[in-house]
Amino acid sequence: MISRNVTIVNELGLHARSAGKIAEIVKNARSDVWLIKEGERADAASVIDMLALACVKGSEITIKIEDPAELDILNDIAELIEQGFGEQV
Amino acid sequence: MAKKQIALEGISGAPGICIGKAYLVDTEGVDVVEKYFIHSDALADEVIRFKAAVKDTRDELLEIISNTPEELHQGSYILETHVALLEDKMLYGRAIDTIEKKHVNAEWALKTVISDIKAMFQDITDEYLKERRVDVIHVANRIMAKLVGVESVNIAEIDKRVILVASDLSPAQTSQIQLEQIKGFITDRGGKTSHTSIIARSLEIPAVMGLDNATDIIRTDDIIIVDGTAGKVIINPDEETLVYYEERRSRFEKHKAVLVRGSRQPAETADGLRLKVMGNIELLEEVVSVIDNGGEGIGLYRTEFEYLNSPSFPGEDELFEKYKDVVEVMGNRPVTIRTLDINGDKAAVYAADRYELNPALGLRAIRYCLKKPDVFETQLRAILRASAFGNVRVLIPMISSCNEIDKARVILDKASESLIKEGIPFDSDIKLGIMIEVPAAVIMADVMADMVDFFSIGTNDLIQYSLAIDRGNREVSYLFQPLHPAILRMIGQVTDVARKKGIDVIMCGEMASDPLYIPLILGIGIEELSMNPQSIPLVKSVIRALKKSDMEPFMKEVLKQKDSMDIEALIQYNFGSILSEKIYSQ
Repeated sequence: MISRNVTIVNELGLHARSAGKIAEIVKNARSDVWLIKEGERADAASVIDMLALACVKGSEITIKIEDPAELDILNDIAELIEQGFGEQV
Repeated sequence: MAKKQIALEGISGAPGICIGKAYLVDTEGVDVVEKYFIHSDALADEVIRFKAAVKDTRDELLEIISNTPEELHQGSYILETHVALLEDKMLYGRAIDTIEKKHVNAEWALKTVISDIKAMFQDITDEYLKERRVDVIHVANRIMAKLVGVESVNIAEIDKRVILVASDLSPAQTSQIQLEQIKGFITDRGGKTSHTSIIARSLEIPAVMGLDNATDIIRTDDIIIVDGTAGKVIINPDEETLVYYEERRSRFEKHKAVLVRGSRQPAETADGLRLKVMGNIELLEEVVSVIDNGGEGIGLYRTEFEYLNSPSFPGEDELFEKYKDVVEVMGNRPVTIRTLDINGDKAAVYAADRYELNPALGLRAIRYCLKKPDVFETQLRAILRASAFGNVRVLIPMISSCNEIDKARVILDKASESLIKEGIPFDSDIKLGIMIEVPAAVIMADVMADMVDFFSIGTNDLIQYSLAIDRGNREVSYLFQPLHPAILRMIGQVTDVARKKGIDVIMCGEMASDPLYIPLILGIGIEELSMNPQSIPLVKSVIRALKKSDMEPFMKEVLKQKDSMDIEALIQYNFGSILSEKIYSQ
């Protein structure tokens, strides 16, 4: 398993649309991808699960992938989050 | 067994009393879900039934999206999010799982999944993210409606005399309602100045807002009493309560009839100052009500309705016909047409959500129109063409800088020139005015007065922007104080400037319609008022009972006060008996 820590920077946090963008990336994953915040984890394929994680601006989260071969997916998600989903930061 | 009587307290949205059957406009209304077990042989079919419901829901959403004009409704990407949620693991996957593992019907499986999801969101403290649960529940409810075979409630088709109960009604929804069918409104959210209550007041429909949980407690067909005057709702009233309210209802109607009879008399103070009292309208139908109530013109014609009710931007001819009808009915009395004041609140068709973080400070009104000059020009041409048939004034909302006035005038001139070229008649001396509703415009009023023909003070927005109060937010709506000394000073300043520069000033917010504020309005020296038509008779009768000469010493005292409570006390002390006599007299 590989993980990477990122901080939510956009004003609205991880809301339905931003979570939707993550789920879109994860669609191509063959194994599970997780977002972890304060010990709680959400399935990054599910917008609802990610929403329930309640990541506001400033939340520190860990992205975790099961399969090292899918490092690209990890990096894409990290980049998306760090760039604030192209929204106002 | 008779059901227990329950009383709920909310905020008065529109006065009056009505008694009738409740009609829940909420997809949560299909909440009564039966549970039954599915035989192992039939499980696959049950899953297919669920998938079919999801597919139908998706098709329906996609159709709504494709029918939504991109320009107008920023709501459509919310719907796209909803489409994505339809097949979310937590919803779709888990519902199918539940059917297969627990051998239950699809409705019940979906219901348990929904309540799990609600629980997941329970502990979230961030208000914005917590509200996202609405999206999920909305989507789930749509699927549920498909499963149980209930078409999603289309309020345009409600055809019985009912009292609408909703968590909130978007302006778009309100505008679809066949109003003659509705006895009253009650909503969980909103406040005295939210759009729904403004509409309710203008159509003389009793309304109570901000009830928090009315939609949880009230079921369709429950008998309810709406006391819009006191902001109360009574569910399943007992005999005694019914009789009491029936009496109050008929007293209220009689009282109104007395006022209306007196409304033909001029709005002239006891010492001979003549004011002009006009009506605010949104619909053509309301013109009649302005005239019936003794209005001397239209001080504010809100034009958003045609835009919200149309699948695409309305064309010039369509708008022209509407405006011309209003102008012709009013004859030579003034008709002040406010150009499009569309914004997040009013444009989002799919109510619960908006992604403009701060729509009141966002792309609205003149800002929107200057960004869409072709839309603006189309409306201005329609207004100009209507001006050939009566006494029309153009009013531009949300002006915050001189530059916006210049730009608006350029487009108005362009519209005029094109009409001249085409040989279409219009009033070439048409008066151009601006809404004073942003504090910056108050401060710049002396400069702006040289650029326009009149000012219209929109008190609702001016108060909201000056006191930093979201008037729809129940938590802070008590801070929405027209009597705040800062507000009175601002209105005073604008009126003084207008007088010095010799231009007209109209007050057209809710403030103009409340008898309590009339002494102040007289004191400040505003002579043109515009309000919802139903308030005209009372306001006129209050004006007739007061003397302009009493106001000068009174205003001196008012301006010494530090806060709104002191000012209210001062009004009550000086004019309380006159006002209450007028308000409660027979």
